[in-house]
Amino acid sequence: MALSSKEVLKVGTLSRIRLTPEEVEKFSSQLSAILDYVDKLRELDTAGVEPLAHALPIHNVLRPDEPRPGLAPEQALGGAPQSEGDFFRVPRVLDEGASA
Amino acid sequence: MAVTDLTACEIRKAIAERRLSAVEAAEGCLRAIGRLDPKIKAFLSTDPEGARRRAAEVDRRLAAGENVGLLAGIPVAVKDNMCTADGQPTTCASRILGGWRAPYDAHVVERLKAEGAVIVGKTNLDEFAMGSSTENSAYGATRNPWDLTRVPGGSSGGSAAAVAARLVPIALGSDTGGSIRQPAALCGVVGMKPTYGRVSRYGLVAFASSLDQIGPFGRTVADAALLLRATAGHDRRDSTSVREPVPDYLEGLEEPVRPLRIGVPREFFSAGIDPEVESVVREALAVYERLGAALVPIMLPHSTDYAIATYYIVATSEASSNLARYDGVHYGYRSSDHTDMIDMYMRSRAQGFGDEVKRRIMLGTYALSSGYYDAYYKKALEVRRLIRRDFEQAFAKVDCIMGPTSPTPAFRVGERTADPLAMYLSDVYTVSANLAAIAGISIPCGFTAGGLPVGLQIITDVFTEGRLLRIARMYERETGWTKRAPPIAEGAA
Repeated sequence: MALSSKEVLKVGTLSRIRLTPEEVEKFSSQLSAILDYVDKLRELDTAGVEPLAHALPIHNVLRPDEPRPGLAPEQALGGAPQSEGDFFRVPRVLDEGASA
Repeated sequence: MAVTDLTACEIRKAIAERRLSAVEAAEGCLRAIGRLDPKIKAFLSTDPEGARRRAAEVDRRLAAGENVGLLAGIPVAVKDNMCTADGQPTTCASRILGGWRAPYDAHVVERLKAEGAVIVGKTNLDEFAMGSSTENSAYGATRNPWDLTRVPGGSSGGSAAAVAARLVPIALGSDTGGSIRQPAALCGVVGMKPTYGRVSRYGLVAFASSLDQIGPFGRTVADAALLLRATAGHDRRDSTSVREPVPDYLEGLEEPVRPLRIGVPREFFSAGIDPEVESVVREALAVYERLGAALVPIMLPHSTDYAIATYYIVATSEASSNLARYDGVHYGYRSSDHTDMIDMYMRSRAQGFGDEVKRRIMLGTYALSSGYYDAYYKKALEVRRLIRRDFEQAFAKVDCIMGPTSPTPAFRVGERTADPLAMYLSDVYTVSANLAAIAGISIPCGFTAGGLPVGLQIITDVFTEGRLLRIARMYERETGWTKRAPPIAEGAA
């Protein structure tokens, strides 16, 4: 399954990872080779086979709806690249019509 | 005998009998680390002052007659993808978490402390546990103590190397596709992946949530059993951890499993296996036959190539979701050259992640994306069920399954870095156990003519760790591989 540069760029955008033109070329050939390999699953007939997403038959693990202590604000903000008061500080999200 | 030549069980006994102090044990390991780790680079960070403090505290409490715990005074290392809140960063060997201080301890770290262990340092890994050689670390590759030009395996290469080189007697690693078992094989130590859900993942930085498990490294089966007992058990903070009681894995460890039917899958001896590895592993199987076990040919038709394909869709899909949190907002690296918020995400992640992490995130994103979800992700989950069925059918006929852990011994640094797929195939015998959620162990079973360790993998059904350890011990008792130290570690610390 060969990935075009256009597809790699699209995947990069979906993954929120900026790619240089050199990286697009390098990853395009590497990812294509890997996708070629995983395509071998097509050889298997899985009609009627239920997907297995979770390894063990555990379901709906719940606890009583009672508040429990969590991280204090200082702990939660402790690793923040930028913070202000009790907030994480981030760049302005532009108005509609701008990038993304 | 140097303290670093003692096993964890021997240290535990010596400390309990007051023939050795916790401080002496810690100092012995710190000296060995100082002497050898500049060449091996198993550790990303060490905490000598913290270790000395904790060791002194253990000694004080023991002198006061207190019961300090299962691991009282034993020095231990922790893979750097498990959160440690005091003294040391948790980096996952990534620039995106460079210097990051976790605000809480992982469950297993809490358990180590509660049982009196002395954490001496955090070990190197492939970035975010993605790799089979520890070459994907953003902070440099760890070297194999048996041959410094070769890799220790991965992703828990630092923990495996630290135990092999006798820098610490026991260490924790994590295994998503073989990341404990494969480095254990390449480094000549014991490494075990418990059943999924046996050990809490709270505080283990997530790579693939349905596959990740924390497990022990030791030079002996008893040491692995001890560390597993100390860390296993239900934790309500991990909703995938199970309420199965934790047996005393050391009790009854010496009792052989009889009768013992060993399944030998022909798929585990297929093309691509190094002939020396095959020969050494078949010799190990012959030892089990001499002990009265029956070797039963079985088939696991979906367990090798199809399992690798399944794994590299399922694990990467889960990773693309788990690693979405690294966006420069709440913690970790933030770029300084961005224009707006989306650009901040794009540049922070581009600058903070290494190539392998980017590849896997993109693969997973692609496999889950609209138009491809059914062909890739859903298909992979269907094959996962077939893999699970292969094992269910096998365990109806045999008590365990054995084969080589790795198709080759340790390869040279740089040998597989140009071809990601060649690297992925290192895990061909290990990934199926993660996909099926079952338990597996690698134990040393010999050496190649060139002096490189070979590992025997033993796999058993879910929640049978006690039996798995006893089966492993049967072989270890007959042979002496675990006594042999790498030349670099010979001589007193």
